[in-house]
Amino acid sequence: MNFSTIGQNIVRLLIKYWDKFLITGLSYTLSLAAITVFFGTIFGALIALMRMSRIPPLRWVSSVYTEIIRGTPMLLQLYLFYFGLPQLLPFLNRQQYACVAIALVCNSAAYVSEIIRSGIQAVDIGQTEAARSLGFSQAQTMRYIVLPQAVKNILPALGNEFIMVTKDTSLASTFFIGDLMTQVLLIKGATYLPIEPLTIAAIIYFLLTFVLSKLVGLLERRLRRGDIR
Amino acid sequence: MATSGKLIEVRDLKKYYNGEAIKALDGVSVDVNRGDVMVVIGPSGSGKSTFLRSLNLLEQPTSGSIVFEGVDITKKTDAQGKRINIDLHRQKMGMVFQHFNLFPHKTILQNMTMAPIKLKGISPAEANEKAMALLERVGLADRAGAYPIQLSGGQKQRVAIVRALAMEPDVMLFDEPTSALDPEMVGEVLDVMKKLALEGMTMVVVTHEMGFAREVGNRVLFMADGKLLEEGTPDAIFNAPQNPRLQDFLSKVL
Ligand SMILES: Nc1ncnc2c1ncn2[C@@H]1O[C@H](COP(=O)(O)OP(=O)(O)O)[C@@H](O)[C@H]1O
Ligand SMILES: [Mg+2]
Repeated sequence: MNFSTIGQNIVRLLIKYWDKFLITGLSYTLSLAAITVFFGTIFGALIALMRMSRIPPLRWVSSVYTEIIRGTPMLLQLYLFYFGLPQLLPFLNRQQYACVAIALVCNSAAYVSEIIRSGIQAVDIGQTEAARSLGFSQAQTMRYIVLPQAVKNILPALGNEFIMVTKDTSLASTFFIGDLMTQVLLIKGATYLPIEPLTIAAIIYFLLTFVLSKLVGLLERRLRRGDIR
Repeated sequence: MATSGKLIEVRDLKKYYNGEAIKALDGVSVDVNRGDVMVVIGPSGSGKSTFLRSLNLLEQPTSGSIVFEGVDITKKTDAQGKRINIDLHRQKMGMVFQHFNLFPHKTILQNMTMAPIKLKGISPAEANEKAMALLERVGLADRAGAYPIQLSGGQKQRVAIVRALAMEPDVMLFDEPTSALDPEMVGEVLDVMKKLALEGMTMVVVTHEMGFAREVGNRVLFMADGKLLEEGTPDAIFNAPQNPRLQDFLSKVL
């Protein structure tokens, strides 16, 4: 292996395929991550509510769901959704992107529900007791007292989940969805160069998550400052 | 306000945990009259907090009844068959906690006005005015815009008291309100409570401050093992205790 040839190849690939990496690949990766976190948060919140519900069957269903998702490999879940969903729902036939997105959403929702649940449960029980003793109902207590404080625990953790999901979308390349990792595979096939496209993708992934984690850190500090005021 | 009429009637109140393994309350019966300053004393783990927290159903009793202003709030429906909304009854029972439990994301003024505005439909202007008058009374009017974290422990507890008072309750429940305070701040909180008692507020106070019990209380209850073992005037309890457990307890704390 010769580093200077690799360097030259990387520059050559970047000039020739920059749009594949930075436009096609990046936009698929980012859109997949954004969709996953957006719907993952909505469904995650619902699952978290179910887990804290007073109705036992809702608690069971949600905790079984969370345990199964967290207890099986994500790649396996992707395969299952990719091949299983079109059989269950025929209109998803040949809709590879949708199947993969749904799989990612279902996976993320389980993790997000744990983030939300622990964020809510981290709020001191004394806050709830004080609110209830003033006469606030359970729902009002959640809305006015607990959630505003829980958000400070939840938002930074959600930011980290977004970073995780951004990296996890690379698994979508298993099905040639078009994301950054798919581009690596395509360019590797066209050029017979394995290392160079991987290196380029690694740098892009790293820059992406680095910027995201800086933003999360910023958010975290702002929220913490909000506490002291 | 005159000392007349029963405000809370507690009958054979029991609270068990883990089946019957832990009897936090084991059959307590007592009446709280309007204007009473009832001080509850007893060793740690004797059920004082459980008793107090049962009065506004923060703890759901295992059995027994609590009649508050004529309504048995432990039941699902009242005598006329109307559904009991515990939230409405809690509005009339203020509670002060050992650890203050102020809302950290709200200013002092907001801590006090939130419940009156949202629960009683009082206008923000009126709620602010009443809250400021209350803060004035406890010497904290200048901290109205501050956040709880900016206050000392004694200041926090004084705010917690006036936050409860802002709902204009008929009774105030205190669970060891000075136990989490630095010694030099205990006095300022006890002073506020004493003023409140002199104004005729009905109070049930769990405390280890025997000076307060003697000076401010009109009735003292001694609890041990979830039972009410002795009840009397401060004079009787402190100067002529009957129950050996009480005698033993007093010999340790006085
Ligand atoms: N949630 C609970 N689960 C189990 N036991 C409890 C619980 N809360 C209180 N207890 C027990 O009930 C008894 C009375 O507690 P408590 O009312 O807090 O006493 P006190 O306030 O007098 O110190 C203690 O033995 C305590 O351990
Ligand atoms: Mg206690």
